[in-house]
Formats: sequence, C-alpha cells, structure tokens
Amino acid sequence: MIRVVLPAHLRNLARVEGELKLDVAGPTTQRSVLDAIEAGYPMLRGTIRDQVTHKRRAFIRFYACEQDLSNEPPDTPLPEAVATGTEPFLVVGAIAGG
Amino acid sequence: MSGVRVLVGTHKGAFVITSDAKRTQWDISGPHFAGWDIYHVKGSPADPNRLFAAQNTGWFGQLIQRSDDGGKTWNPVGNKFAYEGAAGTHLWYDGTPRPWEFKRVWHLEPSLTDPDVVYAGVEDAALFRSTDGGQNWEELPSLRQHETGPKWAPGAGGMCLHTILLDEKHPDRIFIAISSAGVFKTEDAGKTWRPANRGLKSEGIPDPNAEVGHCVHRIAMHPSRPDTLFMQKHWDVMRSDDAGESWREVSDNLPSDFGFPIDVHPHEPNTIYVVPIKSDSEHVPPDGKLRVYRSRTGGNDWEALTNGLPQSNCFVNVLRDAMAVDSLESPGIYFGTTGGQVYGSADAGDSWAPIVRDLPAVYSVEVQTLA
Repeated sequence: MIRVVLPAHLRNLARVEGELKLDVAGPTTQRSVLDAIEAGYPMLRGTIRDQVTHKRRAFIRFYACEQDLSNEPPDTPLPEAVATGTEPFLVVGAIAGG
Repeated sequence: MSGVRVLVGTHKGAFVITSDAKRTQWDISGPHFAGWDIYHVKGSPADPNRLFAAQNTGWFGQLIQRSDDGGKTWNPVGNKFAYEGAAGTHLWYDGTPRPWEFKRVWHLEPSLTDPDVVYAGVEDAALFRSTDGGQNWEELPSLRQHETGPKWAPGAGGMCLHTILLDEKHPDRIFIAISSAGVFKTEDAGKTWRPANRGLKSEGIPDPNAEVGHCVHRIAMHPSRPDTLFMQKHWDVMRSDDAGESWREVSDNLPSDFGFPIDVHPHEPNTIYVVPIKSDSEHVPPDGKLRVYRSRTGGNDWEALTNGLPQSNCFVNVLRDAMAVDSLESPGIYFGTTGGQVYGSADAGDSWAPIVRDLPAVYSVEVQTLA
C-alpha cells in the first residue's frame, strides 16, 4: 500500500481527507504512483502532470524520504520506504506565485 | 415566482447570487472553488439548472466544473483540451514563431438548445466543443489551422479566444473573437472560418487593412437582429450591420473609447452599454468616475449612467466578460469590477446599487433569468 500526501486544493478536489492509500501495480515509480492516483481519482487528471505529455506541471514538486524527486525520470524506482508504505510520497504545490 | 441568478467568476472562486424579480435583496453563495481563478461561469439556456465553470490555477492547471442544480453542488467534468493534429506555431512577442500551447479556458458558451453541448474558448486561441455535458472536449481545428494562424500574436493578457456568439436564427453561424487576432466567423458550424475584421482600424499595426491582428476585446449581439454586431475594441467602439462583413466606428462622444465589455439591452436591440476606461496604459475609469455609457441609437449619442455608481476616487477596471443583462420586463444590467464590487441596475441602467462590495477581483458576470 502506497501512501500519498496531496496539497490541500487537490484533497478538496478529490474529496479526501488525510493521505491517499493506493495499491500500485508493478514497480513503484513516479509513473506507476501517478497512474494509480489518476485511476482512483479521475478528477485529478491533468492537475499533477499534463494529460498529453505526462510532464510534471511546473509548480508541482515530488518529495519522499527527505529527497526532492521532482526531476527524477518517471520510471526510476522510488525509495523502498515509499514502496512499502513506511514513508509517504509527497505531491507539493511549489511555494511560488507571489 | 420569477427571479435572477447572477454567476460571478473571481480571482479566488465563484459566487452564485440570487434574487427575486425585485432585485433588491440578494442571497450570496460562495466562494465555490475557493482560492482558484474562475474565469467564467455560465448557465445553459436549454436547462437553467445546468451551469459550467472554468476553474484554473498556475499550480494545478485547468478544470471544468458542472452543476446540475443551479450551483448548489458541483462536480468536475472533463479537462483534457488537446489540440487536434500538429499544434503549429503563432507569432510570439519578439516576432518569432512559437508552438501553440494550451494554458486555460477563458470562456464557456453553452448551446442555446442542447444542455449537453457547450463550447470553450481557450488560450492559446482555439475553440473546443463538448457534446456530452463537458465530459469530453474536441477541438474545432480549422479555426486554429486558418491560413492566418501563423500570424496571430498574443495580446498582453495572452492569446485568448474570449468571445463566442451563437445565433438562434442561424444555428450553423458562430462568431468568435481572439486577442489579438480579431473576429472570425463560420457559417457551417465550425468547418470553415474566415476573418471578419474589415473596417477595424488599429493604430500601430503595420498594415492598416490587415485582415487579422486586431485586439478585439468583446463583441455582442441581440438575438432578434443577428446581423448587427457591436464591438468594444482595444480602442474604438464599433458596429456591423452585415454580420461582420464590415465595421464602422460608433464611439462618438464617449469620454474614452477604450474599454472591455459591451452588451445589448434585452428588449431594445439598438440600446447598448459600455464602460469607458481611460487608456490601455492605465486601465482605470476616466477622472476616477465609474460610469456606464448607454446609447439608445446603436452607438453614437452616448449618455453617462452614474446614479449609484462612485463618482470620485474610483480606480477599478471592468473586464470583458464582466457585464451581463437579464431579460425581465424592466431589465437588469450587471457588471463586476477588479475591486470586487458587483453592481446591478433593475431599471436598464438608470440607477445602480452594489449587490456585493468586497469579493475578490471579478473576472466574469453572467445572469440567468429564472421563470
């Protein structure tokens, strides 16, 4: 079970409180986690990554285990602690925008 | 009992404001989607309980929300706006070609007859249509692929398709307007398009007779006279009496012919409203006086409407989609400001009162007349 923390606006949009808990098929990567998020919560499609290019939106960042994983390739395995659910995968709205 | 529902899009959410036909007591609901830019909210003429809202932030991108109960509850619908085929390029500010890139939805125009059909005008400029209540969106690509497309360039607010006029007498005719390409017209439901900008004079563009490149801010039409169009251009208020084939200026005695919105009286197709703004470099009312100007002659011969509006130290703007008219017997005129006020008049503009004073900056105002 993967744990995902969303920013407040996306929790509101998905109508969830607290963390998401998701089953991820295959290796635990950014891509497989985002695929699972979007499958479980279709209203989040396009809000974290572009629906056509699948590129991360500019002001979204990904963190886990005190590491910035935002620019890691999407198929790179995430840390084992994320895969086992020990640590959450953090989707963060960048502190930007004035 | 009849009444009105005013739909307000703001910098930080949407508001649904209702009243009975007297339009003196208002019930304000919102913010819906608090914290998000709501560029536009509009109801379906075919089903007044069906509303669409364009919701956006720089962080999370574009969403479309739909209500089927008049704005009490909302659900996100489809938000995939993918250009059809190769995106192509338009001109960038430095004159270089730049690939089309979807940024946001500026305007939603529900069909006049089918509650499942809705059009979306987007930035970078293109027209999309949904036929399933907003779940799926398909581009009408021949507009973006028009031969003049590579010459289109963004205005200061972006290269947005901001106006969509549907015509109940000519169902296959649609007018759209793009800043800063101009007006385009289709007579075959979007299969083919052609520019409709003859007569527009835009200072500073190299070719005074250019068929595109005009910064049209808004166009309006009365449904009973679909061949007559009114335009607030970057500068100049214009009129066409041949369905956009040619335009002539009707600014006359306005204190400034710069502005954004323009609208038509619901029962008098020759009575129109604008809100003059001092200039493109200042974007505030002339002399600090917020005045709506009304022409009962379809342009020219303008009268200032000031009763109830601030006549000193007022420095707000009124954006292009932030004016609307209801269709009650004594018609209501509404507009919202970048200062967060929404003003209403229940007597066709003779007198005004604030419906609400302290909203976030208002992007859009629409109104539904309820049976």
